[in-house]
Amino acid sequence: MELNKLSAMELQYHVEQLQGRYVECIDDDRLEQWPEFFTEDCIYKIISRENHERGLPAAAIFCDSRGMLVDRIVSLRNANVYAEHNYRHVLSNILIKGLNEGVISAQSNYLVLQTKTDGATDIYNAGKYLDKIVADGDVLKFKGKIAIFDTHQIKSLLVTPI
Amino acid sequence: MNAVIDTTNGSLYWPIDDEAGHVPYGVFTDARIYEVEQERIFRGDNWSFIGLTAEIPDPGDFKATYIGDTPVIVTRDREGGINVMTNRCAHRGALVCRSARGNVDELECVYHQWKYDMQGKLIGVPFRRGLGGRGGMPEGFRMEQHGLDRLRVDTVGHLIFATFSDKVEPLKDYLGAVIVRHIERICHSPIRVLGDERQLVQGNWKLYAENTRDPYHASLLHLFHTTFGLYRSTQKGGSWMDGKKRHTVLTASQGTDEGNTEEYDGLRTFNAEFTLRDPSLLAGRKEFNDGVTLVILTTFPNLVLQQIANTLAVRQTVTKGPGQFELVWTQFGYEDDDEEMQNIRNKQGNLIGPAGLISMEDGEAVEIVHEAIIRDQEESSYIGMGGGKAEDTEHLVTESAVIGFWEYYRKTMHIEAEAS
Ligand code: FES
Ligand SMILES: [Fe+2]
Repeated sequence: MELNKLSAMELQYHVEQLQGRYVECIDDDRLEQWPEFFTEDCIYKIISRENHERGLPAAAIFCDSRGMLVDRIVSLRNANVYAEHNYRHVLSNILIKGLNEGVISAQSNYLVLQTKTDGATDIYNAGKYLDKIVADGDVLKFKGKIAIFDTHQIKSLLVTPI
Repeated sequence: MNAVIDTTNGSLYWPIDDEAGHVPYGVFTDARIYEVEQERIFRGDNWSFIGLTAEIPDPGDFKATYIGDTPVIVTRDREGGINVMTNRCAHRGALVCRSARGNVDELECVYHQWKYDMQGKLIGVPFRRGLGGRGGMPEGFRMEQHGLDRLRVDTVGHLIFATFSDKVEPLKDYLGAVIVRHIERICHSPIRVLGDERQLVQGNWKLYAENTRDPYHASLLHLFHTTFGLYRSTQKGGSWMDGKKRHTVLTASQGTDEGNTEEYDGLRTFNAEFTLRDPSLLAGRKEFNDGVTLVILTTFPNLVLQQIANTLAVRQTVTKGPGQFELVWTQFGYEDDDEEMQNIRNKQGNLIGPAGLISMEDGEAVEIVHEAIIRDQEESSYIGMGGGKAEDTEHLVTESAVIGFWEYYRKTMHIEAEAS
């Protein structure tokens, strides 16, 4: 895919498709496939707005390679102890902010609803994605994805990626 | 022998025996006990942790936080002094600081704009002498009698503590030599705050106090600890308390149990198959010459200071009723950390906090206990690993510091043992 040959509408379409498939993968609990949305040398970070706006680095999750994403999922499946739950992402305001040297800067708002085994659904995490997206053959991938969350009081714990 | 907790409305029996510690489940769930804890523990004769000096480095800096559930403010004044006041206006009780942190010339209540200096002294009252001869404060109104309520404040290393009590001993005596030495070991040079994380746990705050004094669980609950040797009960280490057994320091040294871990064979948390695709997560650097790679230091009632590999953090417990508390994690490094060390700390931040590959499980442990003990309040736990006594140990196969916590808890709550 040659990004600079795409019209603004085509670019928007492809970015929305990517975002949609990304959250669908998590919500459907196909987490083993989740790292494939990223390039090998990606940055993935979940950080509170409280820290991000002060320029402080402490993140809930910070990975700087696809290998670390794989490790997170292997850990979630085999190592960590947490209550069963499902996510439902709601996306909005998907905006393309620029295209520079093959890298799309995009952002969107997200809301993660969480449902535990008692069946109650809670607003778990609200925030904004800041994305760097590149073409990898025919598909788009995240070279960078930062989820900046407003909900800085995390309920219980955070194990499933956002 | 039993102890009796006398709540205003009934009592709870606390079994006491020599073999093991017991805690009646009612102390975790009873709202009346929570009320007594606020008065006798958080507002009583104990020092509570409220922040790091590096969070308020400059004159005019403030941070709003809590002791138990009482809102307080910590400030840096013009002379560089640290002050702690209740965050409640002396006029009609409004919150004075409504932001979590900031820098101001003076503290101003929005309701009727009473102004206080950074030490809590009242310096401004609008319309104090009335308007055009009408209104105004009474004759006898004295500015100096209407400041913010001030708390005693003191520091050890970079940690700030405060107390409502004028009776409690000075901070260093309260903490004791062992705890002070370990705080100063970590606070050996100026620090830089790396950020906060906040975790809302659905359980009683004392379940977390137990958890952080318990080296028994650490290699059994946390696979990351055991499999990667960050912590194992087979390592060299121990559990030490202050003279009154209210504070604890647990230490362990990585690399002291190689070839000696067969007791872990077959346990869920020891999984040799589990390897990291990207091992850079655990590629740390040796920081302390004593070889100690893990320190979990707790001070009664609300602080954990930790060193896990190259992560450094304080965790402050803020109570929110008997069934809920907030755990505020503040990570830090040293001001003179080089770039590589900054990267190590940022990456190892994955181990701790609400999403920590190690620490997330403690939130879950607290919640599954709290959920299960909601009834049968007269039933109690059994705390016996290591011999069931509140003693220092030079090993990590123990729950002794958990028993120490409860012995002091009964004292500070005025729950006396009596023959039954
Ligand atoms: S309540 Fe603060 S000025 Fe009136
Ligand atoms: Fe733990």
